[in-house]
Amino acid sequence: MVDTDVSRSRTPQRSLSSRSWAVILGGAILPVLIIAAWQLTTALGVFTIAQLPSPEMVWTAAVDLFDRGLLTLDVAISTQRVIIGFVIGAALGLGAGALVGLSRASDILLAPTIGALRAVPSLAWVPLLLLWLKIGEESKITLIAIGAFFPVYTTVTGALRHVDRQLVEAGRAFGLRGVRLFTTVQLPAVIPSVISGLRLALAQAWLFLVAAELLGASMGLGFLLSDSGTNGRLDRILLAIIMLAVLGKLSDALIGLLEKWAARRWS
Amino acid sequence: MSHTADVSTDLTGTDATGTGPTGADPTGAGVRDRDELRAGATTAGPSAPAGNTAYTVEFAGVGRTFAAEPVLRDVTLTVAPGEVLAILGTSGCGKSTLLRIAAGLDAPSTGTVRIDGSAVDGIDARCAVGFQEPRLLPWRTVSANVALGLPRGTRRDAGAARVAQLLELVGLSAFAGHRPREISGGMAQRASLARALARNPGVLLLDEPFGALDALTRLKMQDLLLDVHAAAPTTVLLVTHDVDEALQLADRVILLGREDGRAGATIRQEVVVPGRRPRDRGSAELAELRGRLLAGLGIERHGQPRGLPSTSTVPHFPY
Repeated sequence: MVDTDVSRSRTPQRSLSSRSWAVILGGAILPVLIIAAWQLTTALGVFTIAQLPSPEMVWTAAVDLFDRGLLTLDVAISTQRVIIGFVIGAALGLGAGALVGLSRASDILLAPTIGALRAVPSLAWVPLLLLWLKIGEESKITLIAIGAFFPVYTTVTGALRHVDRQLVEAGRAFGLRGVRLFTTVQLPAVIPSVISGLRLALAQAWLFLVAAELLGASMGLGFLLSDSGTNGRLDRILLAIIMLAVLGKLSDALIGLLEKWAARRWS
Repeated sequence: MSHTADVSTDLTGTDATGTGPTGADPTGAGVRDRDELRAGATTAGPSAPAGNTAYTVEFAGVGRTFAAEPVLRDVTLTVAPGEVLAILGTSGCGKSTLLRIAAGLDAPSTGTVRIDGSAVDGIDARCAVGFQEPRLLPWRTVSANVALGLPRGTRRDAGAARVAQLLELVGLSAFAGHRPREISGGMAQRASLARALARNPGVLLLDEPFGALDALTRLKMQDLLLDVHAAAPTTVLLVTHDVDEALQLADRVILLGREDGRAGATIRQEVVVPGRRPRDRGSAELAELRGRLLAGLGIERHGQPRGLPSTSTVPHFPY
């Protein structure tokens, strides 16, 4: 029949850059170098301790906070805020994006307003949210949800507008309409872009978390930052920054796995 | 101008005799052809789907205007149940538009299309469309793509059996679990054909289905289509720009084109193809028809080779 090469199995040869241990090791080189340089400069006295505490001091601060249960508490409360805010913001972004991307009428009605709201800088919301919702969990989660909303909204509307028209027409020709057309053709076609949007939204959620916690909180990594700033605890500031980097990268890696799976499954 | 009139009188003639387009066939070859196809259908074995249907398609004064520019006008044509009609024309002449109107994917500006006597209004469940591109959903397996064509409300096990049967018919059983990107273009086009057949359509609409394939694959696909039609003789409307393909597959060929000084394409020639299928690809009779159709498409025939007069038992239109 027609060429049947496709059934032939893949060749087992793989380059070094495609092996997982090589990838993990390669990614760790730069952080290790940075820590080594940090250790070296503090040990040689290039900077005073007031300017840059040594890695060991940051570690001691971490152990101290951990022993008193504060570090776990800060990480837990920050992660909880990010997750709740992200889920709410992403769900609303998905809904609004689907509405604007699929319906011309809602595009005309909603898109300009949402576009204008997107242009508002994140910190501009803070005083308003503090007055309306007070310094509680609601104000922080709302700010994080605002942060997570826009990346999802933007990618979903864009992706839905660019779904292959021919596929949609083929779906229509086979009797699919409305919700069934959406779930059979349009939604699967945009799943990879939706997950990329979620990834951006999660990064944005961590950004907005710190903004929210810096301005009014009694717990969380942002509070740790502002509190240590007031007390001049440079070691704790560095600790909080490292914790944010690690948590952000971890959550991003988790979504990255999902993105890879989706790219394989849905395209 | 006079062509249009000739076509419509010819059509009323065929309707009156009730033998479909073959009534105009002076050799009677088409009639034998059809009888043989019916016989083939009853003895076609396991690949013949049950409850096969074929509907009449009637175009009555169909016209389509895009942005005040007429693309089609005054298309009046009746396609008999089980007939294979090829629609030929230069690119951009509106032949795909005519097919899309029949499928309900587009609506005519004037006139109506009737399938089995009832007007087409929106996507019609009695039709199935095969596009020039396979248009398979890339995230579904080949068999899940074929299953998309199943009529709504098909029971799960019956649907699975039907899909397996169709994949066997188009020779893709071994690739049921593959994704569209893992199979070749010709295989994808066969999957697309199977998806259209899964609807068990009363009218099969094919829009240059083999146009994007290489020459050899195209010939194989043509033979496959003939096998499929023999197994389940549904009405087929086939849009093509390939004269040989039209002559190889169709009972009747219509040529769409503009008449001098008038905007919008209409039926300019209508040719009943003699002989039973599968036809000899090198037949002299077909060569004569081919020359005539190519001339209608504006292709110079370049005279008669080696001074031999071109002879044919096929009378010139309008017979």
